[in-house]
Amino acid sequence: MKFSCRVDVWLKPGLLDPQGKAIEGALPAMGWANVSGVRVGKCVEFLVEAQDEAAAFAQVHAMAERLLSNPVIEVFVVRDVTEWEGLPFEDRP
Amino acid sequence: MIAKPRVGVVTFPGSLDDRDAIRAVAFMGGEGVPLWHADHDLRGADAVILPGGFSYGDYLRTGAIARFAPIMNEVRSFAERGGPVAGISNGFQILCEAGLLPGALIRNRTLRFVCRVVDVRVETSLSPLTGGLVAGEVLQIPVKHGEGQFVASPEDLVRIEAEGLVAFRYCASDGGIDEEHNVSGSANAIAGVRNDAGNVVGLMPHPEHAVDPDLGPTGGQPLLASLLARALVRA
Repeated sequence: MKFSCRVDVWLKPGLLDPQGKAIEGALPAMGWANVSGVRVGKCVEFLVEAQDEAAAFAQVHAMAERLLSNPVIEVFVVRDVTEWEGLPFEDRP
Repeated sequence: MIAKPRVGVVTFPGSLDDRDAIRAVAFMGGEGVPLWHADHDLRGADAVILPGGFSYGDYLRTGAIARFAPIMNEVRSFAERGGPVAGISNGFQILCEAGLLPGALIRNRTLRFVCRVVDVRVETSLSPLTGGLVAGEVLQIPVKHGEGQFVASPEDLVRIEAEGLVAFRYCASDGGIDEEHNVSGSANAIAGVRNDAGNVVGLMPHPEHAVDPDLGPTGGQPLLASLLARALVRA
């Protein structure tokens, strides 16, 4: 079975996020002066072929720990490990 | 005739300063040995340099993909046997990603790429690049990086300082440490660190660009001389 998976990665809360800060700095110039706490992360999507959802989730978690994030500076969340039986993955909305 | 120490310089896809590093090693009297990321062979190197650049386009995170290059297995076991390893700029980022050095490097606090000559203070003699120097010496060396802000968890930072793992700090020309001269906004103005055993070191400044007096400051000379001396012991 194939599972579509998504991992979100952010800088740890304590660390300065320069990209978030740059966006936050630009927003007031466009009239949105009421925004704070902007943080920019990464979203990584892919398909995994596995026996079942639990096996897929365990693998995705290991991948996120070992490659997709660096535990020294980042935190991650594994999202949306769901069975995939639709269009070619690249064509998803 | 005394044997020249062989210093291997790894070329990853996207390395930029590999040739400069080989040239600098030769300039200082050693033999630069080109090494290829996809090989499993250090070609008898007595020391290894991971050079600057943008390995694998800096995709995902700086150094994150290069860490898994085949040659890194050899570099890791070489380091575990006590072999001297120096990571410069992108090489420093790779060593941190590989877990061979503590901490990590993120975007400069200013959000700007910095490219200029800076003053760097040596903090320890216990690294392959500083064996011939004493703590407190100030060297002029260029930096050129967008992601050189050294960070570590609060507990790691305490350990790094307590155990003397800081090898270099950004400083004023008189050696004073202040935020104005901390070009990357690093924690405690850290420009380079070493490992516990003292045989692996990484730094953001580029000693290989600072050896030839015709081209500017020569603060890289004593660092490469130290590396060659360390390599010679193994040759």
